[in-house]
Amino acid sequence: MTITNEPGAQVAVPTDLVNVTIDGVEMQVPKGTLVIRAAELIGIEIPRFCDHPLLDPVAACRACLIEVDGMPKPQPACAQMVAEGMNVHTQHSSQVAAEAQAGVMEFLLVNHPLDCPVCDKGGECPLQNQAMSVGRPETRFTEEKRTFPKPINVSAQILLDRERCVSCARCTRFAEQIAGDPMIELLERGAQQQVGTADDEPFDSYFSGNTIQICPVGALTSADYRFRSRPFDLVSVPTTCEHCASGCSLRTDYRRGVVTRRLAWDDPEVNEEWNCDKGRFAFRYQSHGRINAPLVRENGELRVASWPEALATAAGIFEAARGNAGVLVGGRSTVEDAYAYSVMARAVLATDDIDFRVRAMSDEEAGFLAAVVAGSPVTTTYGSLENAPLVLLVDIEPEDESPIVFLRLRKAARGGTRVVTVASHLTTGSEKMNAELVACAPGDEVRALTELSADIRTALAVPGAVIMVGERAAAVPGAFTAVADLAKSTGAALVWVPRRAGERSALDAGALAGLLPGGRPLTDATAREEVARIWGISADRLPQPGRSGRALLENAARGDYAALLIGGVEVDDLRDADLLRAALESETSVVAISTHHNEVTAAADVVFPSGVVTEKSGTFLDWEGRPRPFGQVFHEALTTSDAGVISAIAEVMDATVEGSVTGIRGQIGALGPWRGARTTRTAVAAQPAAAGVRLATWRQLLDLGLMQSDEPHLAATARPTVARMSAATAAANGITEIATLTGPAGAISLPVEITEMVPDVVWVPMNSEGSRIYRDLGLGFGDVVQISAGGRP
Amino acid sequence: MTLTPVITEHWNDPTLYTLDGYRSHGGYRALATALKSDPDAVIATVKDSGLRGRGGAGFPTGLKWSFVPQNDGKPHYLVVNADESEPGACKDIPIMMANPHALVEGVIITSFAIRANHAFIYIRGEVPNAIRKVAFAVEQARAAGLIGKNILGSGFDLEIVVHSGAGAYICGEETALLDSLEGYRGQPRLKPPFPAVAGLYASPTVINNVETIANIPYIIDRGVDWFRQFGTEKSPGFKVFAVSGHVNRPGIYEAPLGITMRELLEYAGGMRGGVDVKFWLPGGSSVPMLTAEHLDIPMTYEDMAAAGTMLGTGTPMVFDSTVSVVKAVTRWLEFYKHESCGKCTPCREGTYWITGVLEKFEHGHGSQEEVETLTHLCNQIAGRSFCALGDAAATPYPAALKYFRDEFDAATHTPVDETFDPRASYVFAEAAAR
Repeated sequence: MTITNEPGAQVAVPTDLVNVTIDGVEMQVPKGTLVIRAAELIGIEIPRFCDHPLLDPVAACRACLIEVDGMPKPQPACAQMVAEGMNVHTQHSSQVAAEAQAGVMEFLLVNHPLDCPVCDKGGECPLQNQAMSVGRPETRFTEEKRTFPKPINVSAQILLDRERCVSCARCTRFAEQIAGDPMIELLERGAQQQVGTADDEPFDSYFSGNTIQICPVGALTSADYRFRSRPFDLVSVPTTCEHCASGCSLRTDYRRGVVTRRLAWDDPEVNEEWNCDKGRFAFRYQSHGRINAPLVRENGELRVASWPEALATAAGIFEAARGNAGVLVGGRSTVEDAYAYSVMARAVLATDDIDFRVRAMSDEEAGFLAAVVAGSPVTTTYGSLENAPLVLLVDIEPEDESPIVFLRLRKAARGGTRVVTVASHLTTGSEKMNAELVACAPGDEVRALTELSADIRTALAVPGAVIMVGERAAAVPGAFTAVADLAKSTGAALVWVPRRAGERSALDAGALAGLLPGGRPLTDATAREEVARIWGISADRLPQPGRSGRALLENAARGDYAALLIGGVEVDDLRDADLLRAALESETSVVAISTHHNEVTAAADVVFPSGVVTEKSGTFLDWEGRPRPFGQVFHEALTTSDAGVISAIAEVMDATVEGSVTGIRGQIGALGPWRGARTTRTAVAAQPAAAGVRLATWRQLLDLGLMQSDEPHLAATARPTVARMSAATAAANGITEIATLTGPAGAISLPVEITEMVPDVVWVPMNSEGSRIYRDLGLGFGDVVQISAGGRP
Repeated sequence: MTLTPVITEHWNDPTLYTLDGYRSHGGYRALATALKSDPDAVIATVKDSGLRGRGGAGFPTGLKWSFVPQNDGKPHYLVVNADESEPGACKDIPIMMANPHALVEGVIITSFAIRANHAFIYIRGEVPNAIRKVAFAVEQARAAGLIGKNILGSGFDLEIVVHSGAGAYICGEETALLDSLEGYRGQPRLKPPFPAVAGLYASPTVINNVETIANIPYIIDRGVDWFRQFGTEKSPGFKVFAVSGHVNRPGIYEAPLGITMRELLEYAGGMRGGVDVKFWLPGGSSVPMLTAEHLDIPMTYEDMAAAGTMLGTGTPMVFDSTVSVVKAVTRWLEFYKHESCGKCTPCREGTYWITGVLEKFEHGHGSQEEVETLTHLCNQIAGRSFCALGDAAATPYPAALKYFRDEFDAATHTPVDETFDPRASYVFAEAAAR
């Protein structure tokens, strides 16, 4: 269980200690410590079901009764705080406590079915374990057990076998206290008490899967995992979640080469004991639709090739492209893979035309990232959010875009942190963080930030205040400038929270034009020397600053590159998808390294299979910049990492690019942090807002993302696709129930949900069923969109 | 000992429930007195009177009021617990039906004392007549300026809300009542914090029983000495005893604390058909039963405790020898099983289990082993449940076993209906026979 502390933060030495004796052991613990926690400190395990260190005590299950001198009745250790001079007797030194605990254990089994052999929890079940340790060998209960029809869906994903429930209320308390989604609640009373939902209102929380994990019995199961395996048949590997930049620690369980489930693993500094449903349930993409062998193009068709043939073909392409190649890394690589792309580009292909961004992006953003973010040490952490007096969110919706950041901000808000969001409207997520709204139409961020109230500005100047800016800001000219200026003028900490897990990794690995690993400017002589030494080349062989972002894509679209090396890139994820499509159709040779077949691999000349996260080890950097290393789950995988592929190509080209994770980590370690001057960002002015209705949009947590494919139960818990606009905007456009949005690429029609928001803005999800904005509309965040009434969704 | 009708004194006046009727007997005189004095003086008076809570636990009322922190900047609340649902208890509902203004006046005085500007009367949902009477009394009092802004020119403001519960026994538990009042499911809250510090809407709250509050106007009006002339040192005052069961005249008898059950039985016209008392309970099903040996023990908090039981709600249930104790205990446990809120394991599962076993005994299918098991189960609930409901559920069986073990032994082979003809115990048996 979690003991929350922040190693990064200053360790406060508790001064308010009280003396307490537990089973004859004298100890000092901070005032307010619960007896059950104090006992844990000296290795005494008191039985418990409802107790959870991250939930408020409820003292409902009574399994933890202990005896306290001077108190007439046994007390629940999970709710009893220590007091000076308290003398506690647990089951080890008190007959009363031992009998009370045994009595509760006996009662808990009265109405609990004896179906452990077919229960998913069997083998890892707190009730089973404690029944074995403190339960009676034979039952005295011979009456009829209470039964319920099995099971009910509390959501499309979460199933509830009510007869197994011991009413500990961990799930309902999690939903209410942690997630802020009190969609499940205890209903009825007595032995009929049961968890349930309101009619037609399922438990569609983004965090619902955590309730399965903290359920101390097998009452909650997932539609995906139910009856799939027994815990004792599984092999468990600690891993890191690849879905977003929150950086959750996970446990991946597999059996016979197939991942069966993923659990949130305990990391008090990052995800505590939680994760989101995407991270928990979306992993089938790892085994479906994979590229299994290298492919080369022959007579216009891709065919399976041997590794040596494919490597030789790719090497041939790159030999001819030295000094004139472009590299697209994608936003999902590990630090090590991105590093290999970075080395390949500079040291082998002699180009600095490299970028990892596959989304809306701008040169202003690249400048900001290089100057402020790349290679910066971990200073603002999850712990900082929890202790911040104020957190200002700019162009980020944490619940959708970084769900563990959301959970920590909610926790912070419950503890008194003021959360302010610069956005078009207060989402349900914002409300759960008790956030204040600085109303701002997409594109007006600069004005909103310059016109921030004195009150917020003052609060930002209080030490510990944090500004979080999301990747959407790249779509707004001047936004990064304004945010950086605000941080500078107020002294608030500034963090960039990308959506994808590999963005910060790629940035710090130098997979962006002008940047060498660790945030080193490519133009800095010392930096060039340091890097060249590690890479084993002479510094003058490093290229001069090249293209990134749109410039790179435009160059590619013109067919000006001799070759393109493309990692995991989905064309439709680009705001400028047409530019890449043009490049793929051009004469330029394309070498693709990809886990799955996609538009890029379909057009490539050589395709190399690449390993998904279970097939390789590596490191992601989360939004904090904190390394989140993970080990290989399947050692017998037939794929290698992107770095392995690149290293092999380089070898054929008689060049050296380190391809092993340990080797790359060694090089990064040898480079160390950059202590020289950073690049300076160039201020970009805001552009006058265009007239018309503007589009607000972001990707919802559960949407059409490719890594969520083949997960029907998860997808069924996604939020419905709606268009949001204010009543005034709807009225002005004659819109009642359905709105049609039209852009250069086409039109979509969606049901309308009138929302209190800034006028002349319409919000739609970016990549959900019926609403794929880049593809369907040809528009992005902040663009002007035509809206009209009616249409067929 | 003679009866001392105070709250019940004018119950034969059919207009007592109206403001005029109540006033004609001196009603609202105490309010004027109280408002002219100081809130602390009112608290002191109630403290000095020694009035103890009439809801069952007998906690000193003035002391409870004094726990409310003063000048804490938070609103204070008075909540009247009118969720009378204890099996056998029928005293608060008659008080609200016959003399609702005594309650309302008590509420105003108490609110003044504890500096509450908002009071709630939480009435059991199944008694719409009582709810209507109290709501009517509150309306009349408001119309007369006794509730609202600047009451009687004192500068004291008070709003009273009459709230109807939904009929859960657990909502008589004070913190479950607060949750219910706030709109949540009625389940007891973790204490501390206690309601006096963080009760309704996390603000200091006093929760008192109807009868307790109805005592207040009389204490203020007639004084501490008058009040203390009744009862004993530790149980001063009088009590509305509601006698039910196999007596000739079941009903309400207001008498000084310290009266004996034998005396109350006389007032109640003696036992029906002259049949002997078999067992009786001083105050609801949640207190251990006594037998005919105990009829001469004074009905005070302390004497009842010394006899191994409690005064409880002070509503004696009397059973004659036609009644099977096994059957009576089974019915009570069925009640607790039905009313257990489900929050804690011992009460939720224990009442379920015990009831199942008792029902076997009722049908003659019990066993000696289960006689002991039931004792264990009760011990596994008592003192280990979340709230007093569990303790109450663990009460009937051990006491019954103590005095009537032979009946449980018999129930291991003979259905109780064969040993005790159920028709003989019906209160309407004579009518049925005719």
